[in-house]
Amino acid sequence: MDDPGIATLTKPAADTPVAAAQAQRGEAPALAVDRVSHAYGERKALIDVSLTVPRGSFVALLGLNGAGKTTLFSLITRLFDTRHGRISVQGFDVSRQPSAALAELGVVFQARTLDLDLSVRDNLMYHAALHGMPHRQASARADAVLRDVGLPDRARDKARQLSGGQMRRIEIARALMHDPSVLVLDEPTVGLDVASKAAIVEHVRTLSRTRGVAVLWATHLLDEIEPGDHVVVLHRGKVLASGEMSDIVAAARAADLRSAFRALTGIRPAAEDDA
Amino acid sequence: MSATECTDQNNAHERDRPRHPGQRPMSIAIGTMPLRHGLTLRGYSICMRGVMWREALRFLHQRGRLISALVRPLVWLVIFAAGWREVLGVSIMPPYHTYILYSTYVVPGLLAMVQFFYGMQSSLSMVYDREMGNMRVLLVSPFPRWFLLVSRLTASTVISILQCYAFMLLAWLWGVDIPDAGWIAVLPALMLGGFMLGAMGMVLSSMVRQLENFAGVMNFVIFPMFFASSALYPLWQVQQSSPILYQACLLNPFTYAVELSRFCLYSTFNPLALAVVVGCTIVFTAGAILAYDPARGVMARRPGAMA
Repeated sequence: MDDPGIATLTKPAADTPVAAAQAQRGEAPALAVDRVSHAYGERKALIDVSLTVPRGSFVALLGLNGAGKTTLFSLITRLFDTRHGRISVQGFDVSRQPSAALAELGVVFQARTLDLDLSVRDNLMYHAALHGMPHRQASARADAVLRDVGLPDRARDKARQLSGGQMRRIEIARALMHDPSVLVLDEPTVGLDVASKAAIVEHVRTLSRTRGVAVLWATHLLDEIEPGDHVVVLHRGKVLASGEMSDIVAAARAADLRSAFRALTGIRPAAEDDA
Repeated sequence: MSATECTDQNNAHERDRPRHPGQRPMSIAIGTMPLRHGLTLRGYSICMRGVMWREALRFLHQRGRLISALVRPLVWLVIFAAGWREVLGVSIMPPYHTYILYSTYVVPGLLAMVQFFYGMQSSLSMVYDREMGNMRVLLVSPFPRWFLLVSRLTASTVISILQCYAFMLLAWLWGVDIPDAGWIAVLPALMLGGFMLGAMGMVLSSMVRQLENFAGVMNFVIFPMFFASSALYPLWQVQQSSPILYQACLLNPFTYAVELSRFCLYSTFNPLALAVVVGCTIVFTAGAILAYDPARGVMARRPGAMA
C-alpha cells in the first residue's frame, strides 16, 4: 500500500517532532489534517484546524461538545468534502483518493451504529462486505476481532441484547474488520458506566500499542487522557494547543490539564458531562 | 491451507473446498498482514451482495413490516375492490381484450403501491434518526458512493419485487385472473418501477427535512401520487369527471409505473410507459447520487443532520 510518491502529497505539520521525523523517513503520517476550515452556511464549525496522528500513536482530541469534533470526523470520513484545507490518511488524500483513504480508516461513530435487529456476527460480516472482503476471509476475521475484544461467545446474539459497553466493543471490532491503519473514535465512551469506560479506553490503548494502529480519540473527558499522550485541544472550531500533555500544561503555566484547559478556553471542564 | 487450519476449526466444510489457484493463504492475526481488497470487480460484487443480504435480513427480522406490506394491498383488493365492483365497471380498453372485473383492474395499481411504500420506506429510513448511523456505516465504505446508493436501490427493489409476487399469489388465490405469461412478463416492469420509486424516495430523503417522518410522506407524497394516477380508476373515467385531475395523472410518473406493470402483465408493450419510467429512473437516480455527493450534496449544509 505504501506508495513512494505519497510523501510529497502531505506536508506534515512541523510542530510535532515525531511527524518531522517521519517526514525525514519519507513516510506520511497515519492521519494528517492540514489547515482545514468548514462552515455550515454562516456558522463556522472549523477554522484552520491542523493536526497530525503519527503512525501507531495515540492522539487525544480534547474539546467540549460543540467544539467541532464531529464536524472534523465527518470530514475525515468524507461524509462531505473538505473544501478548505486537506486531510490525508496514510498519505492518501481523502478528497482525491477517497477509496484508498477509506480503506485505511476504521471509524467508531459517536451515535450507535450497530444494526440492532442483526446478530453481532452479521453486523461484522456486513461491514466486511462493504469493504469487498470475501466471505470466508471475513468469517475468519470476524472470529479474530471478536476474540480480540473479548466477546467471542456473543457472535450469534442480536446486537440489541448487548449492553452499552459491549456494543461499543463490537463497534470497535467492526471498525477493525478490514485491518485499518488508523482508527478514529468520536466520543466512544459517551453514555457508558465508569467500568465500561475504563475498559474501552484501556482496550484501544492496548490496540494502539500492540498492533501499531494509529488512534484519534475524540473526547471531552480529561480523565481519559494520560500524561504521555499527545493532546490536541479544540475549542469553538480552533486548535488552541497541540502537543504532549505535559508540554501543554507547562505552556499554560498550569498545575494540571484541567487548569490548563480552563486557562486556554476560559471554561471549566468539570461540568463536561452536560456541557 | 495451513494458515486457515489453525484459525478456523468450526468451518471444516469450508476447509475441504478446493482453493482457487493462486489464492494466497491468509493470516487473520490482527495487524500481521494487510487485508486490503482493492476495488476489484469481485469486490464490487461482494459489496452489492452484502447490501442486498442485509436488506433481506432486516426485512425478515421485522415481521411487522413484512405483514403490513402484504396486508395493505390485500385490504384494498378484498374490501375496496369488492365495494367498487358494482359502482365502477371497467369497459374494454387496452391491454384488456374483454370486460374485466374491478379487482382485476386494480392489481397492477396495487403492485405499484407495494413498491411505492417499500421504496419510500427503505429510502427514507436512511434519514430517520434511528437509522442515521446505518447510513454512515454504508458511506464510509471505500467503494464509490454512486455504487453504494445503486446497491441500496437494487436491494430495496429486489425485496419489493418479492413482496409483489407474494401479493400476486394471494390475489390469485383470491380469484383474480392473472395470465400465466404475465407472471414472468411483469418482472422487468417491477424492476424498473421499484428502482424509479426507490430513487425518488432517495431524492426526497435528501431534500425535504419535514418529510422525515413517514406519516408526512404518506400524506404529502404517497397518497396524492397514488390517487392521482391510473392505479384505482382508468384515466378516461378521470377525464370525464375532472380534466384537471386528468392532466395531473398524466404528469404523474407513478401512473406510468402502474401502466407499465399493467401492460406487461398482459404481455403487451407500452412504449410510452416504458420511456417515461426509464427516463424518470435515470433522472431520479442521478438526482440521488448528486444529493449524496460529498462535494455538492445537501449534507454539508445540514449541521448535525448526520451526526
